[in-house]
Formats: sequence, C-alpha cells, structure tokens
Amino acid sequence: MDDLYREIILDHYKHPHNAGEISHPSCSAEKVNPLCGDEIRMDIVINNDKVTAIKFSGQGCAISIASASLLTEYSMGKKIKDLLRFSKDDIVDLLGSELTPARLKCALLSLEVIHTALKNYETKKT
Amino acid sequence: MKISSIRNDFPVFEKNKNLTYLDSAATALKPKQVIDSVVQYYSEYPSNVFRGLYPLSQRATEAYEKAREKVAQFIHAHSPSEIIFTRGTTESINFIAYAWGRLNIHSNDEIVTTIMEHHSNFVPWQELVRENGAVLKVIDIDDSNKDSLFRIEKTVFSKITTNKTKLVAITHVSNVLGTINPIKEIIAGVKRINPHCLVLVDGAQAVPHMSVDVQDLGCDFYVFSGHKMMGPTGIGVLWIRKELLEIIPPFHFGGSMIEKVTLEESRYAPPPQKFEAGTPHISGAIGLGAAIDYMNTIGVTNIQKHEMALTEYTLKRLNDFGSITMYCPQIVRHRGGVLSFNLYDSENHLIHPHDVGDVLGLENICVRAGHHCAMPLATRLGIPASVRVSLHIYNDKKDIDRLIEGLEKVRKIFK
Repeated sequence: MDDLYREIILDHYKHPHNAGEISHPSCSAEKVNPLCGDEIRMDIVINNDKVTAIKFSGQGCAISIASASLLTEYSMGKKIKDLLRFSKDDIVDLLGSELTPARLKCALLSLEVIHTALKNYETKKT
Repeated sequence: MKISSIRNDFPVFEKNKNLTYLDSAATALKPKQVIDSVVQYYSEYPSNVFRGLYPLSQRATEAYEKAREKVAQFIHAHSPSEIIFTRGTTESINFIAYAWGRLNIHSNDEIVTTIMEHHSNFVPWQELVRENGAVLKVIDIDDSNKDSLFRIEKTVFSKITTNKTKLVAITHVSNVLGTINPIKEIIAGVKRINPHCLVLVDGAQAVPHMSVDVQDLGCDFYVFSGHKMMGPTGIGVLWIRKELLEIIPPFHFGGSMIEKVTLEESRYAPPPQKFEAGTPHISGAIGLGAAIDYMNTIGVTNIQKHEMALTEYTLKRLNDFGSITMYCPQIVRHRGGVLSFNLYDSENHLIHPHDVGDVLGLENICVRAGHHCAMPLATRLGIPASVRVSLHIYNDKKDIDRLIEGLEKVRKIFK
C-alpha cells in the first residue's frame, strides 16, 4: 500500500542492526524528538578519523528505528568528515522513500545524534 | 437530528472526499456559518472597534460586544464584563499566572494541580514556583479499581488543600483520557478547607461538548479556546468572577485599556476593557459568536447526547478489536468523546503510535499520535505516546468503521 513500509524498513525496525551500547566509546550523544518522545542515543568508536564501531539505543517509531539501523550500518568505516556531510537528502535515499515533513523528523533524529557526537569528538580533539 | 445534514454545513468535507476527521480535541472543523461571519466582517465592515464615529466602526463594535454577550450567556456568566477575549486557553492561563499569580503567590505558598493537565495548565505553574519558591502539588489519577480508573478522586483535593494553598488549577475534561472531573464537588471541598483559595478551571475540552455553568461550578477563573468549539483560531476566553475583576491588575498595557494617560501615570478603563490592550482579534470574536449560535441551533444537549452514543460505539469497536490497551474510563457518563489507546503486535510489542497515525493518515483518517501535550501523564501511564481519537457533532458511525478498517491495515503491516 505504501512505499514507506516496505519490507526493508519493517525488517530493520523489527530486527535492528547495531542496537546496544558501547562501554568505552570515543564519543556519544542522545536526543529526543519532542513531537513523539522518541529517544535515540549513539555510542561511537573512532580510530584514525574513521568510525570503527557504532551502536544505538533508545525507543522510537518504525521510521526512526529503521533509520538508526540503516545509518549505523552505513557509518561503519566511514570518515568523520564524510559523515558530517551526510544530509537530509542522503537519509531519504538511504530509506528509499519519500517522507512527509513529520516523518522526516523521525528519520533525521539519528543523523542529528551522530552529527552531535562527532562534533563533540572534534571539539574535544582540538 | 441528521448528522448527514450537519456534515453539509462543513465545507471541508466537499474539498476532501473520504475524510474521516477524528482529531477535534486538537481543533474542530468549521461550519460555513462561522466562515461566513468572518468573511462578512472583512468584506462588509472591516474597521476597528471602540474608536470610530462612523457607521462601519459602530457595526464592528456592536458585533464584537455582541460576541461577548453570547459567550457570557453560553457559560452562564453573571455579566459580559466578566468575559475577556484572549488568544486562547494558553494565554488565558498565562494571564492569570502573570497578572495575578506573580503578585499573590509567594515563597512557601502552594499551588495544587493534577497529573492529567495539558502542558498549558502545568508549565505556567511550574515556572511560577521555580521563580518564587512556592510549592507545586500534583494530584495523581486514581486507578485503584476499574471503575475509578483515570479519574481524580473527589475528596483528594480536600485532603491536599491547606491554608497555604493559593490556587487550584484543574482541567474540566482531560484531553487525553476524556475523563470529566467532578469539578463542582472538588471546588466545594477546596473552599470548605480554604475559602480564600482561588480555583482555575481549564474548560478547553468541556465547553465545545457540554453545557457549562461557571456560577454553578463555583470556580473563580474559567478558560477555553474558540477553535475547539468550531470557531476561528487565535481567539479564546478568560472568565473572571465579578468579585475579582477590580482586584486583578491588567496583563498587557497600552491602547484601548486606559481611561486617562498623563506623563506621570495612567488610569485604566473599567473591566473588561482594562484587560484587552491593543486592537483585539475582532473577526475571531465575531466568528466565536457565530460558533456559539451554531452550537445553540443544534443544542448543546443534543451535541453531548450524540457524542456519548458515538463514544459508546467507539469503545465497543475498539474493545472488540483486541490487542489494544485503552487509557480512558469505560463508563460513558464519566467521560467526553476523547479516547486514547495503543495497539500491540502479535508478539505483544507496542506498535508505535506514530506509525499507527501515519498509516491511518494515508487513508485520510485523521487521529493524533503523541503525548498530546501531557508528558507527565504519559510518563505516569508508562508509555512514550498514545493514539488519540476525538469526536464531535459531525462524526458518525461510518467514521468509526473506517477507523477500525484502518487499524486492521496497521495490524497487517506490523503483524
């Protein structure tokens, strides 16, 4: 009936990849979507400016959990500067479907958390 | 009463075929009578009130003041001068918090409220006690047995009120649970303990759906919004009991609210003008007056009866649906037409309300999903959010049948 709830998204929602926490991450961040109360936390390990481990925890709707799962998967092995350039449009591409403005907020939550964590890491480094 | 002919009064149904609108607790749809009254003001006599000596302005002033009279009669106020037009419930409550609360509530004084309040009747008080060191006491919902579930126990207010309590702020009807609180009994109990304690009632979810008599309730402030009762957005009401009109200072200062201004000082106009600085929302007030006329034509009792019958039907259909948790009283006479619930999948995992709302939205079924601006209540219920269905006079059984079909689709997707 609808693109948004394709198998891949439902699959990532029901069986998310990289769910959990990392005990000694290089950086972490968490955020809440005030609209629906979704909460996402990201723990990231960085070596040589590349993401070598990443896990997310929290609660949320299908779109926010699936996007956290897909995004953590994508982030593995990527350079910090490339991830900081990752945009709203890239998230839409990653999910493979158009999103209404309200749902876009759900999809973007995990990206915002990753960006916050990475910026914290860069600030700490300098 | 034929709902199909009532639906013909709402142009939105012509423009949106197959619209099932179940979000009236957020904002109600507008009948053409209301829309026409606003268009008529802007096209026939769009002038300012109180100042012009010419006929257009006189007509605008008359229409604006007529709206005030209609509101006064509708809620059984003692006189129209007790009716102050505001932007809505939120502004009405902030008005009292700023103009009265900050002068009269001090360190160690108490404000009593409940956990079922909308943020608009919670955050202003939280902010006030943060500033002045007063104490905010929050009454829990009573869920000791199935019948009392999601209600506030009547006598709890008398137990919690002390001689330090300056204000009780409570909602008439919960915007999440649909619970109708026994306001009259609560107020009588509070006033017995402390006759000086003032009581503010949030009537945003009550006035659109049931007959309200502010004098009979015995409250001191009663507040509500126009847009939830089929009127325009941006207009609302603050009712202040007449004995308090002189004591309460203005909230906003400027034009329209003065009698005389000199370099040294200003003297204020009598109420209600002293409370309405600046050009008011004239078209909004006129539209609200038209909404009250519209409700009176149908009859408030008829509106309530229709909504009660439909609420009963909705409760039954939802209960029969299964895999559902309801956060609302099951006894129809204790509640308004607001129903909150959550769906669970075959493994008993919560189907996130956002996903439910989204799938329903694709079918043009409008419900609310979220915490409904009552986060402390969601936390109390132990849920991140819920789905909310809210009814009005233009809804019928077909809307509920479509809702259930929509929920079947949700269940199929998230099996």
